[in-house]
Amino acid sequence: MTAFRSTALAALGLAAFLVFWEAMPRLGLINPAFLPPPSTIPAAFLREIELGVWGEAVWSSLSHYVVGLVAGAGAGIGLGLLSGMFSGFEAFTAWIVRLLRPIPGLAWVPFAIIWFGVQPSAAVFIIAIGVFWIVFFATQGAVRGVDRDLVEVARAFGFRSPWARLTKILLPAATPGILVGLRTALGQAWMAVVAAEIFGVPGVGARMMQASSLLSTDIVVVYMLTMAGLYGLFDTGFVALQGWLLRWRA
Amino acid sequence: MSTPIIAIKGLSLAYERDGVRNTILADLDLTIARGEFLVIVGESGVGKSTVLRVLIGLAEPSAGTVRVEPRPDCRTPMALVFQDARLLPWRRVLANVAFGLEGSGLTRAQRLAKAREMLTLVGLADLGHRWPHQLSGGQRQRVAIARALAVDPDVLLMDEPFSALDSFTREGLQDELQRIQATTGKTILFVTHDIDEAVTLADRVVVLAGAPGRVAAELAVTVPRPRRRRDGALAEAARQLRAELSGRSAEL
Repeated sequence: MTAFRSTALAALGLAAFLVFWEAMPRLGLINPAFLPPPSTIPAAFLREIELGVWGEAVWSSLSHYVVGLVAGAGAGIGLGLLSGMFSGFEAFTAWIVRLLRPIPGLAWVPFAIIWFGVQPSAAVFIIAIGVFWIVFFATQGAVRGVDRDLVEVARAFGFRSPWARLTKILLPAATPGILVGLRTALGQAWMAVVAAEIFGVPGVGARMMQASSLLSTDIVVVYMLTMAGLYGLFDTGFVALQGWLLRWRA
Repeated sequence: MSTPIIAIKGLSLAYERDGVRNTILADLDLTIARGEFLVIVGESGVGKSTVLRVLIGLAEPSAGTVRVEPRPDCRTPMALVFQDARLLPWRRVLANVAFGLEGSGLTRAQRLAKAREMLTLVGLADLGHRWPHQLSGGQRQRVAIARALAVDPDVLLMDEPFSALDSFTREGLQDELQRIQATTGKTILFVTHDIDEAVTLADRVVVLAGAPGRVAAELAVTVPRPRRRRDGALAEAARQLRAELSGRSAEL
């Protein structure tokens, strides 16, 4: 299939979806209060922007997202490297990991609220935990999977300290695997943003809950699409960064 | 002969796995003279590569001594070229060649200048900007040789470096290596299982045989350089070497 043809089909599919969505409430098959037709969304979007609510909500969600992502990914990469490099460290933490790993990120919400209150730091905490495990396991696996022959090259040239092994071989060689984990985490963290904010921390999630309690479903849809758009933006940016970092690959 | 640059005495290497003791090398004696091109030949699994691995510090001998007498100002007495080039795929060719110079106290500019010089020596001056995956097998091995030469070792260790290449590329690189040795005057310790390659390159060939491996025979190749393939004297040396090798395996 040519690129043009597949693009055309994709556009056609989306158009069909929108027509179907528009028709359902318009034909009275669904109560418009439960499912607003898509044609009403742009107006709702503009209202939110004019009120200044949209910008505020997006800004605070993004700040939770970025801080949580950086904290969780930083800890995940750091501990993942240690665990991948030193079998002693891995053995020492094995049961701790077994104990904590199965706990879903959202199960930390009660403690997040007790420790941090209904504050941005609580949202950051929830996001960071979700991101941490994904990045931790990706990093650990990537380090363990590094070609031992390349580690030998470093040793043969006299680079024998753990630090030299890490910076000259393990980290660059593990980068592809770490990036795969980070990309998964990027999506996972969005989920955590909404979840954390639904409990009241100001942001996109909180605004959605507010709107839904007033049955302003058009506003709920505005924020659902906002999240899809933001995620798409981040993912596209990340894929570009990934492509640049891994430009050495065939 | 002057004092040997490397003197190996009573070298043994054994390891234990699942309660079974495996002896790779037993009581090996070997000396290499400064500037010599010494080739070790032997069948697979006879411990040829292990000798190089011990010398470069990738394997610990169980017994024996290795004495190395590098020139006084030498930072890295030895550098190893692996059978597969083992370039670091995330580094461009030039950065790969400069790899061993990191931590040597040279500035980045000095390291890259040295790397450029070495790339020129192996005939790849224009490819410094490429990624390893953009090179042919022969080019990759040239880069590996440049990387080893860049640290200016006293002895260049080469572990079947041409065995994975097609015969055309292999012969080209054999000629190239002789030219490089003539230019640099390096001592070279070269491991191969290819008899023709051994006699083409060597000043002296050492046959390693048996399990555990030991020196079974030695042959000086006095054919003057540059050597022409199909030279009668080389063919005669190869014939002698084959006789030695088959004689040895008949004994075992």
